[in-house]
Amino acid sequence: MSQLAVTVIGPDRPGIIADVTEALVGTGVNLEDSTMTLLRGHFAMMIVCSGPFDEVKSALEPLRGELVITVRIMGPEHEHAPIGPSYLLSVHGADRPGIVAAVTRMIASAGGTITDLATRLSGELYVLTAEVEIPPTAELAWLDRALEITAEELGVGVTLRPTESDDL
Amino acid sequence: MSVAHLNQTLASWSPAQLGITGDTLEVVRAPHPVLATEGATVDPLDPVMVALASDLVATMRVSPGCVGLAAPQVGIAAQMFALDVTGHPKTRTCHGVFVLCNAVVIESSRQEKGREGCMSVPDFTGDVKRATRVTVTGVLPGTTDHVTISTDAFEARALQHEIDHCNGQLFLDRVAGAHAVYPRKVYQ
Repeated sequence: MSQLAVTVIGPDRPGIIADVTEALVGTGVNLEDSTMTLLRGHFAMMIVCSGPFDEVKSALEPLRGELVITVRIMGPEHEHAPIGPSYLLSVHGADRPGIVAAVTRMIASAGGTITDLATRLSGELYVLTAEVEIPPTAELAWLDRALEITAEELGVGVTLRPTESDDL
Repeated sequence: MSVAHLNQTLASWSPAQLGITGDTLEVVRAPHPVLATEGATVDPLDPVMVALASDLVATMRVSPGCVGLAAPQVGIAAQMFALDVTGHPKTRTCHGVFVLCNAVVIESSRQEKGREGCMSVPDFTGDVKRATRVTVTGVLPGTTDHVTISTDAFEARALQHEIDHCNGQLFLDRVAGAHAVYPRKVYQ
């Protein structure tokens, strides 16, 4: 049994998830973490699961065609240890090339790491939301200012705010 | 700052009124089936239930950061919970520590989204929309007195979270979207 990464992308239609996961169940795979979404009408799924590589590959074979499917063996699992408190980064504005690159470069410059990010384009409006961890040693005021300058250059709005959760 | 009118019976209630010292119980974690079971209505005068009330307070007290604990979280499918949001930065109106039996929300308004964690779901947090103003009725353990509590902000959120537990619901049942569950960040 290896930890496998399965990716599936193709034109959306009802039943893709059922088809793919039924095929996987048949090989004794246990789905672990996954994310599945529509990206501009293409259905996209990424699954990390444990199972036998060859069986998984052949079980998914009949679904190839309109769906682009990859199966890869992954290295050992790394537990993500947070490097600092969590923030929600939100960027929105008129679409143009370079928004994600410029904004994420600023986060990286501050030593921050992104644990989740999604972007959506609707008409002219571009929206980015991301979960970010910033190390406690980072100069938050510097990062805020750097993001502000980057945002001004790009003509977009940016906010970075803490995402504390409350234990109940 | 206190906004809602305090219920003085609740605000002045103390676990000493139960007349016994509670034991610390083990907190169960999802996917334990009791967390998905609707709690039975309890008899607040039943000595077993009075003892459970003191156990809930005792267990809440020894759990760091714990502001509320419902009976299903200690493995008992019953309509009872302990609450104490004293000192939490998001608390406005505060009734201190109390235990309620058979509590129901009778009025709620002003929904707001917040990210919640739960001792019974230690590895995840989730965004949940809840009313920021609620009115709840219930019975104090060891009495037959129906009390009505109107509160807001964090106490309102915590009340709804605990009442959900009593009904076999976790915050996972109420998350605000397909991407509203997050791995818990344990960075301190």
